[in-house]
Amino acid sequence: MSERRIGVFICHCGGNISDYVDVAAVRDAIKDEPDVVVAETTIFACADATQTDMVQAIRDHNLDGLVVASCSPKLHTFTFRGVSRRAGMNPYLYTQVNIREQNSWAHTDDHEGATRKAIQLVRAGIAKTRLSTPLTPLEVETTPKTLVIGGGIAGLRAAVGLADIGLGVFLIEKEAEIGGWVKKFGTMYPSGRQGGKLIDELIEEVRRRPEIAVFTNAELISKSGSFGNYKVEIKISGEKSMGLALDVGSIVVATGFDTYQPEVGEYGYGIDGVVTLPKFKQMVDSAKGELVYHGRPVKNIAYIYCVGSRQPEGNAYCSRYCCAATVHASLEVADVDPSIHQYHLYRDIRTYGKFELMYTQSRERGSVYMKYPEETPPSVSRRSSGQLTVTTHDLLTGGEELEIPVDLVVLVTGMVPRKNETLTSALKLPVGSDGFYNEIHPKLRPVETVVDGVMIAGACQGPKSSYESVASGLAAVTQSATMLKKGVAELDPMVAQVTPESCTMCGLCEETCPYDAVSRTEFEDREVAQINAAVCKGCGGCAPICPEDAIDLRGYTDAQIRAMIENLAEVPVV
Amino acid sequence: MSQSATTRVLVFSTNNISDPGIDLAGSRHLHYSPGVVVISLPCASGIKPSWIVHALTHGFDGVFIAADGDECAYLTDCSKRSAGIAEQAQAELAELGLSPSRVRLAAICSVCAEPFTKQVTEFVEELSEAVV
Repeated sequence: MSERRIGVFICHCGGNISDYVDVAAVRDAIKDEPDVVVAETTIFACADATQTDMVQAIRDHNLDGLVVASCSPKLHTFTFRGVSRRAGMNPYLYTQVNIREQNSWAHTDDHEGATRKAIQLVRAGIAKTRLSTPLTPLEVETTPKTLVIGGGIAGLRAAVGLADIGLGVFLIEKEAEIGGWVKKFGTMYPSGRQGGKLIDELIEEVRRRPEIAVFTNAELISKSGSFGNYKVEIKISGEKSMGLALDVGSIVVATGFDTYQPEVGEYGYGIDGVVTLPKFKQMVDSAKGELVYHGRPVKNIAYIYCVGSRQPEGNAYCSRYCCAATVHASLEVADVDPSIHQYHLYRDIRTYGKFELMYTQSRERGSVYMKYPEETPPSVSRRSSGQLTVTTHDLLTGGEELEIPVDLVVLVTGMVPRKNETLTSALKLPVGSDGFYNEIHPKLRPVETVVDGVMIAGACQGPKSSYESVASGLAAVTQSATMLKKGVAELDPMVAQVTPESCTMCGLCEETCPYDAVSRTEFEDREVAQINAAVCKGCGGCAPICPEDAIDLRGYTDAQIRAMIENLAEVPVV
Repeated sequence: MSQSATTRVLVFSTNNISDPGIDLAGSRHLHYSPGVVVISLPCASGIKPSWIVHALTHGFDGVFIAADGDECAYLTDCSKRSAGIAEQAQAELAELGLSPSRVRLAAICSVCAEPFTKQVTEFVEELSEAVV
């Protein structure tokens, strides 16, 4: 084996790794390994300055291998491949070692064990890198069209943005009309504009762009192909049901949310005069001169926050938009009739950013805020006198029990994930424990999913304001541009390869490959198998089938995996 | 060093399905033994039975295949294939006089943080009892 020149960088990740792993001990354990010429620890491997240092180290030491031991490969494989490329080193000579998600964070209770494991993992990474070979990414032509699923504010804005950067757009909407939730909204904050009007304008923008084709009553049924060249099947229902087959390069999922529906009896839900936030908002939006509920004027309102959110059983997450939406609604109520008394019973108020100004304004205009204890939430009843009453404790004024007679109780309900089983399964979208779709990383790769070329935007990712939904829709536009505007996409060259010397052309690999990636060729006057790299998906399913062990998956060769196993099996002394 | 830490398990995970599930276990700070280490591959159907045997003859007490199950994006028959790989490895182990129970296969999804932690911890416990 020829000598290699490998650089190893071990990341503190602030303290995310180094609080549990003795990173200096890891460096000391591996610095004298054969072929290791650079071994360093770094506070943040992904920081720009560190990347620059790495580029310099690769050049100064003429490295032909790089190992970064930091977080999950899902986050930074591309970052450090980029570092390698900028330094003039083949990016596939780089190995990411996961010592955060699969080490420090999983063993916060065992620092010695975590340090020992980090050494094993880094040694295995070095072993893999030692056997790495330069690879060239495969280039495929991409289809300059995007499918947007969902015609709410995020999907509509994304469609306009995609058309404006020169991509073709298919927008499909399950309902009979596009517009989503925002179409039904009245005054919005901070613009003060009507939701319905905003959507009408967006729809007009969509109409003006011939690059956008809109299909309503339409659902995605299946997806095949790969990143850059997906084939999707759309079912359009209605009087004339029909199927549609489309070719697209990327997919933006913007399917939105549903609202939380309380159970009967939950905070008095079911009692006349107890309504949810969306219902209340409709009442306020249509009020003229006075607020009326079932023909009776409303003079006293209690808002109960966090209904259905932050519950130990049920939705554990904070729905984050509902505080601001309620505070905003209370200001609208004050505009309709300033004499209305408004009592806000909250657990915590989350009016981040500019919404904080709205919260201050609401208090200045007479809204009363009372903080209830988590363990004794408010209760709602209708007395024998017929009086709707809320009983609560106010932690801000000594925690005494208070009874508030009101005309209306508003249950401040949050967003819940929309059920889209067909779509989730067709696109193989990752669903988080909260039921919303999961991005790869909320900050680093906020609209990408683990499915290449399939992005998520808007409230299908988690509760969002309309402003935030639009922002993520536009992020998906930018992401689509980087994927499709070049016209070609690079695919990982981790495909199968045949060692022709060992191949006996038994035909088992041909039979096992569902993608027909195996064909036959001549080698030293006999027939052997060969893999069509452009067709091979890189699953490696043919490798274990080969009785002659003549097939390897590039990047995961037999020699590499065996070397990793041997290094992982050796327990270091810490 | 605790008993469980001396029990060593090699996990084969998959880049897009079970490895994110194992990452999630760490992100949630769910604890399992640091004797558990992971090699991630594109697909569980690509695991060579000889790698499993290699691991178990080079110091590992157990091999846990965190398979894609029905979620595999590559192969519709991935469950069947990966089960076949585990069975073949078990047969080779039996020939070497090693217990087939040292190989375990379970489908682990991309958000299966708790199931992974639970299953791998049970496996470590069973293996450490067998060693004692």
